[in-house]
Amino acid sequence: MAERKIRIMVAKPGLDGHDRGARVLARCFRDAGFEVIYTGCHQSPEQIAAAAIQEDVDLVGLSCLSGAHRTLFPRVVELLKEQGAGDIAVIGGGIIPDQDFPLLYDAGIMAIFTPGATLDSIVDWVRTNVKPRR
Amino acid sequence: MAEESEEMDKLRKIREGDVRTASRLIRNLEDDLPEAKSAIKRIFALTGRAHVIGITGSPGAGKSTLVDALISSFRKKEKTVGVLAVDPTSPFTGGAILGDRIRMQRHAEDPGVFVRSLATRGALGGLSKAVGDAVHVLDVMGKEIIMVETVGTGQQEVEIINHSHTVVVVLVPGMGDEIQAIKAGIMEIADIFVINKADRDGATQLYSELTAMLNMVPEFTGGWRPPIIRIGNVFDSGPFGESMEELAAAIAEHYRRLVEKDLLGDRIRRKTLVEINEALRDAILEPILKDLTESGEMDRIAGRLLRKESDPYTIAEEVARRCLK
Repeated sequence: MAERKIRIMVAKPGLDGHDRGARVLARCFRDAGFEVIYTGCHQSPEQIAAAAIQEDVDLVGLSCLSGAHRTLFPRVVELLKEQGAGDIAVIGGGIIPDQDFPLLYDAGIMAIFTPGATLDSIVDWVRTNVKPRR
Repeated sequence: MAEESEEMDKLRKIREGDVRTASRLIRNLEDDLPEAKSAIKRIFALTGRAHVIGITGSPGAGKSTLVDALISSFRKKEKTVGVLAVDPTSPFTGGAILGDRIRMQRHAEDPGVFVRSLATRGALGGLSKAVGDAVHVLDVMGKEIIMVETVGTGQQEVEIINHSHTVVVVLVPGMGDEIQAIKAGIMEIADIFVINKADRDGATQLYSELTAMLNMVPEFTGGWRPPIIRIGNVFDSGPFGESMEELAAAIAEHYRRLVEKDLLGDRIRRKTLVEINEALRDAILEPILKDLTESGEMDRIAGRLLRKESDPYTIAEEVARRCLK
């Protein structure tokens, strides 16, 4: 039997075309042996949630540098829950001020990575916290 | 018994088109879980309603963009669509970046469209088996059109494409002696040729080469001569703007001909032969390999070969005598 692969979606919600970080992360996840679905820029939370379910991912990584994370990140979690996919973990990254962390954690974002976070620390987080589901 | 009814419940959900359950089953098939195989056993009799279209061509030929445009075209005709998009797995890390979906995200919220990315993973015949089974799942979900987009390279290509009724080969100008390079493999099973990016230099030459190649074919099965469709910018109403509709019409026409001329059976037979081949490999070869590896005999065999005490054929015959009685 083949091993259970971790599947991750890397997505950029909202009006933000700065995808260097998301691309670097997608590549880093690939190098860690994960299967990464990258959906590109300018995605609505609805598109992201629908794609995450169709792809049966274990984790959604949201990247946002536009400042709209307070609205967009919680909305993705909400949509996943509404569609019976609340078990898909959601993490976020980008330019996120410290004072927004509590709001995002309360909304169900499991971890937040801001500039300075090392790639290794993100991969370690995934290995520790994400188990492929049956 | 509880397990039994749980499984029946899942299959009922898939037949009703439940995305979550279907995508999980596809995942389990990719991961080769035994319960996934038993699900296929249950649904196999229900399959065979969808028109399966294989889209192949070199990396960068524009397959994903074309599939995206075809989704729109089929949706206008109110057909439900399933897409399986294959991208390569890194042989070094086992990871993969699956990016075909980027081109199709505008359909993400359309409940009539289901897009699923698959990684090649690299197991012998494994990908083709996973694709074939995933096609069954989409079929049972009620998708009327299923498009399989392949990586565009390697021998696995032919096996995967054998899962489809209509094969579209996408070519682009300016990639050298393209036709020579892929003549022996995919070219022979093409039902429709697309010259994509036909607004670029070299498109006319490619068109003539392709036409010349087809002119040399003595007889086409069922009288179907693969049409060559030139497509410029698929989102442009420029020179080849209408050719997207021409492609969609050619695909529909090909299927109609298969049904009318009673050739669909041949295609299904082709698919079934691939499937039984893979199932046999799975049922016979895999357990033998597993057993040899786990018992440590594989190491001893490797040692005998290294010391030239035997040869691969003799060893294979020995193993076959022992295991296949």
